Amino acid sequence: MVSTENKTNQEFPGQIHETAGGGIVLSKLDDVINWARSNSLWPLTFATSCCGIEMMAVASAKYDFSRFGFEVARATPRQADVIIIAGTIVNKMAPVLKRLYDQMADPKYVIAMGACAISGGPFFYNTYSVVKGADHVIPVDVYIPGCPPRPEALLHALISLQDKIKMGMTREQIKQSV
Amino acid sequence: MLKEELTIIIKELLPNAVIEEAGEWLNCSLEASEFKQAALQLRNFNQMPFDFLFCLTCVDWKTHFTMVYHLRSKKTNDNIVIKVKLNRDTPEIDTVSDIWRTAEFHEREVFDLFGIIFLQHPDLRRLLLTDDWVGYPLRKDYDDPINMIKL
Amino acid sequence: MKTMVEEIGKTVEGDLIINVGPQHPATHGVLHLVITLNGETIKKVEPHLGYIHRSIEKMCESLTYRQFIYTTSRMDYLSAHINNHACAMVVEKALQIEVPARAQVIRVLMDELTRIASHELWWGAMAMDLGAFTPFFHAFRERETINDIMEETCGARLTMNYNVPGGVMADLHPNFVERVKNFLKLYKLKIHEYDELVTGNIIFQNRMKGVGFLSAEDAISYGVTGPAARGSGVSCDVRKHFPYEIYQQLQFDEILETAGDSFARYMVRLREMNESIKIIEQLIDMIPEGDFQAKTKAVLKLPKGEFFQSVETARGELGVYIVSEGGTTPYRIKFRSPGFSNLSALNHMTTGEKLGDLVASMGTLDLVIPDIDR
Repeated sequence: MVSTENKTNQEFPGQIHETAGGGIVLSKLDDVINWARSNSLWPLTFATSCCGIEMMAVASAKYDFSRFGFEVARATPRQADVIIIAGTIVNKMAPVLKRLYDQMADPKYVIAMGACAISGGPFFYNTYSVVKGADHVIPVDVYIPGCPPRPEALLHALISLQDKIKMGMTREQIKQSV
Repeated sequence: MLKEELTIIIKELLPNAVIEEAGEWLNCSLEASEFKQAALQLRNFNQMPFDFLFCLTCVDWKTHFTMVYHLRSKKTNDNIVIKVKLNRDTPEIDTVSDIWRTAEFHEREVFDLFGIIFLQHPDLRRLLLTDDWVGYPLRKDYDDPINMIKL
Repeated sequence: MKTMVEEIGKTVEGDLIINVGPQHPATHGVLHLVITLNGETIKKVEPHLGYIHRSIEKMCESLTYRQFIYTTSRMDYLSAHINNHACAMVVEKALQIEVPARAQVIRVLMDELTRIASHELWWGAMAMDLGAFTPFFHAFRERETINDIMEETCGARLTMNYNVPGGVMADLHPNFVERVKNFLKLYKLKIHEYDELVTGNIIFQNRMKGVGFLSAEDAISYGVTGPAARGSGVSCDVRKHFPYEIYQQLQFDEILETAGDSFARYMVRLREMNESIKIIEQLIDMIPEGDFQAKTKAVLKLPKGEFFQSVETARGELGVYIVSEGGTTPYRIKFRSPGFSNLSALNHMTTGEKLGDLVASMGTLDLVIPDIDR
């Protein structure tokens, strides 16, 4: 069953015409690039605290994330596409996070996983050393609530990020259009 | 060993200590000047060498500081608590990191959070906070109007 | 950093200073090690901490005695239940609350399940650090089974806030006993895979035997507790020396090895999983009926004084020290965390060895960095 409509899910974006001697594919180059990019995002291994364990659980066999293309988790930011901030960011760690983000090559995406990365989480009141939200340091694309979020929630966030990429606009374009 | 027997033994070993009976374990209060000598005596005591320091901390009582050391003897499984009262303006005490090696990290943490100076510590630097942090957060008069919400 | 420059000034010609971390796949969290090397031989390892210092001790001074228990789940999150247990016990000790028998048995069962889950993850992560990816998936298969059991009863997989002062928060799910028995059957079928995959492997044995030696006197002096000390022959299990809840009535052994190297610590943890299985088998059919929570007041006020309680977590001895002035919030809380003292022995253990051995030594120490930084 070949669909010839351009849907924003796993199907190939474009029209596929079955002709003799092979076939013809008609599409926009942007759509094809976005589709390829979203299906092979490589995460950076960055886990500061408890949400890191749920990220490892997503990497393991029960809630596999390699079926979405995220399998190759790189240790160096130079080779990674998406940084999943799993855990609390404190004052001493914030410059390190900024340096890691700067070292990543464009296009890069950020997922803030867990309540601590969104807003400081349970460490919001009366702590002198916690950065109240990772978006004070780097711009975030997807937020996942939970403490820690279930592995299915992280998978839902990864799929949402894929949809966001397939929509086509980079972060700067979204900012300018608003 | 029962608390009464332990009290007798410790009173003999450290005649200058003020022993308090209340609480789960024996509490001995010492002066800062004789603390190092007493620590060495406890460590080298033949009957029950107190060789395991399992907790080293400080409590800020607004008018003075109290250093609290929890010691255990592995031979007889006895626990005692040593308390040393320190002056608030010049909080200084001898280090015990040459007697119990675990004290090296613990004293760095207490220096970092309370500002207590440990004399003759091999490497007294901040441990948990950034190097340019101003102030000692766990003191009761630490002022941070942005983060600390007084209810 | 100012300290790095001072370090460079003190080194000898030919020394190399490298950074491991804070973002590194093998440090199990955000640990920054500054290593002084001469070629490949380590001269000095200096940990720089504080990259996850969340000021839990200061924060707890403004939380009530029912609220502060939940911050300890986030400290050593792999033995979250055991941490909560320690905090609940200290409050019960201070207020002299008697915990009903059913609650005690439930707490011990959950403790031992948490210990197995923590050791599973340790095993998988350590094998991954040494280069093998397959054991990671095997370990998570068992861990996921335990997580499902926990989730049915406690409501959460990782930070299950199930302990309250006086007992546990809710009764066991009706499926609990059956699911635990199925887990025990599955575990016994699969445990031989662990030995076949990793323990008997000649490469692992060569990488871990004779590496990271820690003598018994040094272990006591550095304050090392838990499996890291038991690998050097130091008997320090809090469940045996200062028993709490119903541990006195249970039959289990304290595993001691005398070699003191990384392989000894590895074998201690592997055998401890079997001891935890023994404890669960003794209890699972004999959970007494009764209340799961003692009646307590809604607002807890501890009397004036100081209270201390230690428990045996998967990493060592956790101590909770509360100084109370009679109010609804503690005046000072100190958590004596096992990882803090275990890490201080790292420099002593690894000086003189090669850089590749550092990963094996660190893996067998089983560090969880939020536990160290609090």
